[in-house]
This record gives sequence, structure tokens and C-alpha cells, in this order.
Amino acid sequence: MLDFRGRWKAALLPLAAVVALSACGSKTGENESSTGAVADTSGDTVKVGLLNSLSGTMAISEVTVRDSIRLAVDEINAAGGVLGKKIEPISEDGASDWPTFAEKAEKLIREDKVAAVFGCWTSASRKAVKPVFEENKALLFYPVQYEGLEQSPYIFYTGATTNQQIVPGLDYLKAQGKTSVYLVGSDYVFPRTANKIIKAYAQANGMTVLGEDYAPLGSTEFGTIVNKVKASKASAVFNTLNGDSNVAFFKEYKSAGLTAASMPVVSVSIAEEEVKSIGTQYLDGQLTAWNYYQTTPGAANEKFVKAYKAKYGQDKPTSDPMEAAYVSVYLWKAMVEKAQSFDVAAVRSASDGVTFEAPEGLVTIDGATQHIYKTARIGKVGSDGLITEVWNSGQPVKPDPYLKGYPWATGLS
Amino acid sequence: MKTGMRLSWRAGLGFAVGAAVLFAVAPVALSDFRLSLLAKYLCLAMVAVGIGLAWGRGGLLTLGQGVFFGLGGYAMAMHMKLADAGPGEMPDFMQLYGQLDALPWWWRPFANPAFALPATVLLPMLVAFLLGSLVFRRRVRGAYFAILSQALAAAMAILLIGQQGTTGGTNGLTDFQGFFGYDLDDPVNQRMVYFIVAGVLLLLLALCRQLMQSRYGELLVAVRDSEERVRFLGYDPANVKLVAYVTAAGMAGLAGALFVPAVGIINPALIGIVPSIEFVIGVAVGGRASLLGPVLGAVAVAWARTTLSEEFPAAWTYLQGLLFVLVVAFLPGGLASVARLVRRRRRPPPDPAPVSPAPVLTQEVTA
Repeated sequence: MLDFRGRWKAALLPLAAVVALSACGSKTGENESSTGAVADTSGDTVKVGLLNSLSGTMAISEVTVRDSIRLAVDEINAAGGVLGKKIEPISEDGASDWPTFAEKAEKLIREDKVAAVFGCWTSASRKAVKPVFEENKALLFYPVQYEGLEQSPYIFYTGATTNQQIVPGLDYLKAQGKTSVYLVGSDYVFPRTANKIIKAYAQANGMTVLGEDYAPLGSTEFGTIVNKVKASKASAVFNTLNGDSNVAFFKEYKSAGLTAASMPVVSVSIAEEEVKSIGTQYLDGQLTAWNYYQTTPGAANEKFVKAYKAKYGQDKPTSDPMEAAYVSVYLWKAMVEKAQSFDVAAVRSASDGVTFEAPEGLVTIDGATQHIYKTARIGKVGSDGLITEVWNSGQPVKPDPYLKGYPWATGLS
Repeated sequence: MKTGMRLSWRAGLGFAVGAAVLFAVAPVALSDFRLSLLAKYLCLAMVAVGIGLAWGRGGLLTLGQGVFFGLGGYAMAMHMKLADAGPGEMPDFMQLYGQLDALPWWWRPFANPAFALPATVLLPMLVAFLLGSLVFRRRVRGAYFAILSQALAAAMAILLIGQQGTTGGTNGLTDFQGFFGYDLDDPVNQRMVYFIVAGVLLLLLALCRQLMQSRYGELLVAVRDSEERVRFLGYDPANVKLVAYVTAAGMAGLAGALFVPAVGIINPALIGIVPSIEFVIGVAVGGRASLLGPVLGAVAVAWARTTLSEEFPAAWTYLQGLLFVLVVAFLPGGLASVARLVRRRRRPPPDPAPVSPAPVLTQEVTA
């Protein structure tokens, strides 16, 4: 114990060193000296990062996105690459854990010096990596529909924002004469924000929201919620549940005697892949809101579906997020070629008006929001497990992440 | 007297080597990115030091250290969010998700660093004190204590997710610009954060060693090994356990507070059941009863997680499970006991000193 006092003083030395060192860093608000991480494009290949959950609860969905990004990369490489350079994909596992996403994003940008990163699925993972991309001035292409209210200069959003998916879904219900809805969702950011928007819409459009329930992510206990839905006698249900919860919810829904004819459910997170795992018998006739279905007509889609099945298996369906991810690689290529450079600033300023003949139809980048013009499509699940379109917006809808063009949405953001 | 002196001399040397590695070798040998990862591992190691004390020495299998880690982390994150927003303004996410006109009352005090900084440590300690007083007095122990602490972790994660408007929900709190006025984007400042983390870890180790070597440390081990005997001797085991539990909570809170500037995010996924158990796994692998074992275990497991998941993305979880099973089955003292085992093999046992996972140290002779 005697000489322990001396040890305490020794322990203070490192702290003193810290205080001395701390004088060197820049303060907030000072001119930023860092120019961000610079992509290494000196070789005859150009590296891009693939950031998806390959393990954990999200893996089932995100692996399909990774696969379709790889398909796009292979196709582009077979056609000669980008600006004469072959693309070298580097895959990292986000492990369904948001801080891991941030760590891996940093690794891709700083250690691998990639020119762009493709991936992320959940909003929480996007929010976790957003500061990493902004700090390093690097590019992320985010391929999943989301809750809007975001516009980072270093993210390109190739999935739908709310006015390209949720609002058309509500418009469709209204046109069908549905006057009341019940909201069911998983307990996280996307459903809660989406439901906030739905409530504002309902109020302005003479619809009533009869109830709002959230289940924890991964929950499979839906007896109570379905009973409440049934008792409410709503004319439709708006479903923002994610993942496995949908299986339990729809089984319970069917056994409670509710059907697509008596009380249709509009889902925004159920695509072809999920239909397969939930079981067609539970979903027959139910509605979905997306921008792409495997059945969407057009030569570009036929080619995409055929190439995907040839590479990954005939029983593998293609879905909206997969298509958006596939498209994002091609859009990046088109932007780089327009800019004649891999430089992030040059690519960004070249982005406005870049188009691509995508499987979902022609998409165009809106440079101001870095979202893309997309056609909204309402689909009906058929008994064969495929989704067929019952309505579309006719032309690509201009992205409006903050819903500025909708008077009822003032005060939401 | 002799053994006491020898131990102290060795501890001093170990301390100096640790400081040299953390302050001189690591910053030179590692890139900025790897150094920031090391800062993250060292934060996890701080939690491990506390678990080593509470579980290794005190026998309190706490499966809910995430709660205290989260309390410290959120307290710091709330302060940094408010500092970023500027006086009188609301943090960005609150304007997005919460339909609030003003800052909630319980956010307000965190704008003041004089409140927020002590709160990162004192808040977890207070919660641990309240819970510990109830639980230990009622003589809840063993598996029941472990289950209770774990339930607390689950409850806290669910609470945070549900209150999206004021806590950020599953997103947690992220996107920090500055740390007490210093720009976090600047690599120099990131390095500074690393040095602070390393310095605090060394301090906590010194504090923990002090506690373990003291009369209190022996009492704690005695309570672990035979609570009833300690009670018959006239001590109250509840108080002894409470001190270890509260100290561990304070360390976890401090770790959470430093984790936020080092990693740039705090969210419910970092404080629920799974991360709480992962803390314990690191400690078990390293050797729960020794001073350095938990630190080395936590750093080794976190480091292995990063490197292995870069090489074999999907296999890491299984490897971690396997490692834990192997350590529990064949090396109950953790990696820290390997050296002792090897020494024992080489030198047949004339030495009657106990070789149990936690050697009961004889009281140091003081002058």
C-alpha cells in the first residue's frame, strides 16, 4: 500500500500528456482542413464497397441486395468496366448491428479507399453511417424505400421516399373508397415516421385512423393486435411490419377470419422474397406498395430477371430493393462517365438529370435531392406468389423527401 | 513484507509497459482508423474491468452491464447533441421524429457540462445503488441476480426504442459534430479522444488494483467464497457486494461516456441483452478474477470480432460461442491463467499457494 501513492502520480502522467496534446486539434466551426478520404483509383481497377448484413436478423433480406449489386458489377465488368477500369467489389458484413455498419463503412473508405459504397437496409444503419460518409466526403448509394425527411449530400437514395410509395398507397385506398385505416408496424423509426405521415394525410383527406399498434422487431405475438384490428372494423389496414413479424401477423389475421376482400392490408415491406417466406395462402389478394415487381413489363426487366435467375438459381425471385440496388450501380457508372472522373465532388455535380433505362422503367436522378424519379406501383399478391400491378402513377414521380409539395404535411419536418 | 513489495514492483512495471504500449507504440504502429477501433475496444475493456471486480472477485454475475454503459453513453450523447444544436435549440432528430415544441425537461440539465459529465458516472452508480440495495438486502443471489440484471437490460432497450421522439428510438443518438468544442472530424482530435480513453483505462486499472489489494478486496473475495461465514464474522455482505456492484456500474458508465466520442454512436443495440452478455464473454475468456485478464479478454474478443468478420463474415458468431464454451470447459481461469498453468507444469508443486482462479492475496504489510 505504501508505494501505491506514487503509482497514482504515475497514472496522472498520461492524463497530463493528453492535456498537452489536446491543444493541437481544430475547434468546431473552424475552417475544415480535411478534404476527406481520397479514393484510390490509380490502378487499373476501381474499388467499390458492398456494405450489407451477411449475418443476423437482416441477412435474409440484405444478402439478396448484395447479390444483385454483384450482378450489376459483373455485367459492367463484362462490358468493359467504368472509364476503362474494372470494378473490384469489396464486401463487408454489417451484421445487423448499426455501430458495426459505421465501423465497416469507415474501414471501406479509409483502409480500402473505395470510390463508392453500395448498401445498408434499415434506416437505423443508414443513420449510423451517415456521419461517416459526411465526415470523409465519400459516397453511399442506399437502395431501400425509407421514411423520407433526409437529404445528405453524400448519399444517393435509389429507393422510394414517402411520396413515391406511402402517399400513392394512401391515394389508392382513398380512390377505392376506404375511409378508415388501422396502422400496424414494427417498433422502430420507419414505421413510426411513416405512421406520422399517414395520420397527417388521413386528417387532411377525411380518413379516420382507428388505431395504431407497434410490435417489437422480430415479435411473433399478434393475437391482441389482430383482435383490436378486427374489433375496430376499419376498412383497411396499413402494415409497416418488418421481417418475420409478418409471418405471424398474417397467420393470425387469416385465422381471425379477416380476408383481403373484407379488410385489405396494404404492406410496404413485403416484396417477392418475403411473400415466399410468409406463404402465399396467407397473402392471397393482399396489397403492396412498391416501385417495381418481378412482373413489371419491359425488356430491361426481362433481361434483369433472366440474368439474376441464371446467376443465383431459377427459384430466386427479384424484388424492389434488389432492383434499386442493381440500378444504383448503373447510375453511379453513368454519373462517373458523365463527370469523366471518380472524384466525389465531380460525380455529385454531374448527377442531375442522369438517366438509366431500369427494370422498373426510366429513372432519372434529381440532383437537388439526390433521390430518383420513380414510378409508384400498387400490386396485388397472386396465388402463385408473384405480385401483379393493379395501379401505377403513369409516369415517374418527382422525389419530395420533405413532402414540401403537400400542404397537409407542413409541420411534419 | 517481501511478497508485498515484489508484487507492487511488478505491478508498477506492468503499468509502465501498458502505458508505453498504449501511448507510444499503438499511435505509431496503427493507422488512424485502427487507432479509433482500439479506442472502441479500450472502452469495452473499461466495462470489463468493472465486471472483473463484481463477478470475478465478488461473484456477482451481472448480465446487465449494458444498462450502466447505456446510461453513461446516453448522458454524454445528450450533452453532445445539445452542444451541437446550440443554446435554446432542439437536437436535429427531435425536430424530425418528436412532435415537441420544447426540449423535454429531463433533457435540459444535460446542456450544462458541469451536470452532464458527473452524471455519466453518478447516474449509473445511483441506479446500481438503488437496485443493489433492494436486491442484496433481500439476499437475492446467483442465477436470480443474473436474471434480474438481464431483465433490466432488456427493459431499458425496449424503453429507449419506444420513446423515439425523445431518445432517437432504434437509431439512437448519432451524428455528433464536436466534443467540448473540438471538431470530431479532425483526425488530431480523434487521436486526442484515444489518448483520453487510454489514460482513463489506466486510471481505472490502478483504482481496481487498489480495491483488490485492500482489506475490502479480501472481504469481497470472502463474501464470494462463503457469504454466511462473513456474516458470522460480523460484516454485512450486502454492503460489501453493493460497493463492488456500484463501482462496476460507475466504470461501465464512464466507458459508455467515452464510447460516444470515440465511436460516434450510442443506441439500444449497444445496451440490450446481447451486448451485455458479450461483455461477460470477454471477461470470462480473459480470466475474470485477475486484474488484467478482463481487459485483455475484452480487447482480444473485440479485435477478433473485427478481423474475423472482415475475413469470414458469417462465421464469427459461431467462433465466439465456441471460444466461450472451450474457455469455460477447459480453462475456467481464462487466458490469464495460462501462464500460471504452464509454470505449474514446469515446476512440480513445492509451492502450496492456492491455484484457484482467484488467488486470495495475503494482506500486504504496510509500513
